[in-house]
Amino acid sequence: MEAAVLAAAGVRKRFGALAVLDGVDLALHAGVAVGIVGPNGAGKTTLLNVLAGSLAPDAGTLEFRGRDVTAKGAAERCRLGIARTHQVPRPFTGMTVFENVLVAATAQGRRRGGEAYDLCLRVLDETALTPLANRRAESLGLLQRKRLELARALAAEPSVLLLDEIGGGLTDAESEALVITISSLRDRGIAVLWIEHIVHVLLQVVGRLVCMDAGRIIAEGLPESVVSQAAVIDAYLGSGR
Amino acid sequence: MTILNAILQGIFLGAFYAVLACGLSIMFGVMRIINLAHGDVAVLGAYIVLVIVDRTGVSAFVAFLIALPVMVVLGYALHFSVLERSLRAGILTPLLATFGLSIVIQNLLQLAFSPDVHSLGGSAGAVTTSSWQVTGGLSVSALGVLVLVTAVVVFGALQLLLSNTRLGWMMRATAEDADAAELVGINSRAVYASATALAVVIAALGGLFLGIRSVFDPVSGPTQLIFAFEAVVIGGMGSLWGTLLGGIALGIAQTLGAQIHPQFAVLAGHLLFLAVLVARFGGARVVLRTAR
Repeated sequence: MEAAVLAAAGVRKRFGALAVLDGVDLALHAGVAVGIVGPNGAGKTTLLNVLAGSLAPDAGTLEFRGRDVTAKGAAERCRLGIARTHQVPRPFTGMTVFENVLVAATAQGRRRGGEAYDLCLRVLDETALTPLANRRAESLGLLQRKRLELARALAAEPSVLLLDEIGGGLTDAESEALVITISSLRDRGIAVLWIEHIVHVLLQVVGRLVCMDAGRIIAEGLPESVVSQAAVIDAYLGSGR
Repeated sequence: MTILNAILQGIFLGAFYAVLACGLSIMFGVMRIINLAHGDVAVLGAYIVLVIVDRTGVSAFVAFLIALPVMVVLGYALHFSVLERSLRAGILTPLLATFGLSIVIQNLLQLAFSPDVHSLGGSAGAVTTSSWQVTGGLSVSALGVLVLVTAVVVFGALQLLLSNTRLGWMMRATAEDADAAELVGINSRAVYASATALAVVIAALGGLFLGIRSVFDPVSGPTQLIFAFEAVVIGGMGSLWGTLLGGIALGIAQTLGAQIHPQFAVLAGHLLFLAVLVARFGGARVVLRTAR
């Protein structure tokens, strides 16, 4: 297998007495989508925060294309090519949809002027936000805000895309569209990491599935085999679902 | 006619307050910092212009252009040495830090320039004294027009910066959610520093006008800060055009107050400020509840 784009090794993170991440190893490869499932509190979002650079791990290393990026902050990692979405969308509400995407496209310093505008138009088109481009982000509904999260992440032209529960609350038609969008991003060579509770949607995209519980990876591999493992079923049912 | 004249003079005065308030508004809008040293930074700018005028003999306006790069450097230095550190320590620390900075600037100015009163009026040329007589009771001073035009240009330029430039977009994004901004690749440290530098430069412009239209000494800053702060609050905290309108409203209140009695001018401004506070933030209810 070719070298990982983003690799985490032995990542630990404690909040007080609670070990939220307890030695996690994970590698993301170009053109491969990896899904993460697990009960609430398993450490999925914390892992994503550590990968994106919003949280510094207590131990462990992160390598991006073979370079140690453990000490780099979120902005720098984004400029390197690691973009993310939030479970609870955080648009810049006072700005228009277009400006939200534009600021992400130009903040990297790679794109300027017409080039940046073209990139934004393409991204808005991909996320079906073009009709809303001139609306202020505060007027968007939750699902539109989630699409804007994705658009803003894509405007950074990432090579690694970290998605946090982007599919929740979608209708069947909307999830189908999302599956097509994410699959095409994967096929374009982006390494995708997708946290999602709606497993049947996730399984249509990911080639590898990781199940987390209590800060550890308890199962990992081909999606079908992971889903059928007893430990995974326990972790889910044990959480009261 | 005297009322009309008072309103006109109030607009000119208010434009001056708006220029002073502009930097305060930027810093509050982007970083949620209330810079208590803002007035002193303006006065410091006036002294730097004064030094350049004394050494080179150029006019105050040319001296201001020469002072601009100095103010930019001062802005970045101020940010990285004081503001950035204090920002990390919560909302109260920047208030205390800038309050301390205010005292430091005043005392350094006392040391360097003595408590003597200075003016830039003499070095600003004919603009300080010329005016147009419209009718018997109504005259328009060239300086008033200059300040008003400058204020509109400054606010217009800021509007263009915020809505049409990369730095402007990054400032707005960072102002709303600095963490989310980091995650789209914005270096919020650099954006904050640029906002401070911009605020310091515009404060110096306020200092220039202060020196031209009246006099200043090392402790003039706090008075200017109060007027600037009132303009920002009257206009709605952190709102750009609101700050311009707030400054003008304050200026008109003061000149109208002066019509009643010369000593009533500043008080009238404060009363308008109080009225806005009560109306906007339900201040009366809060005051009543705490008094009980």
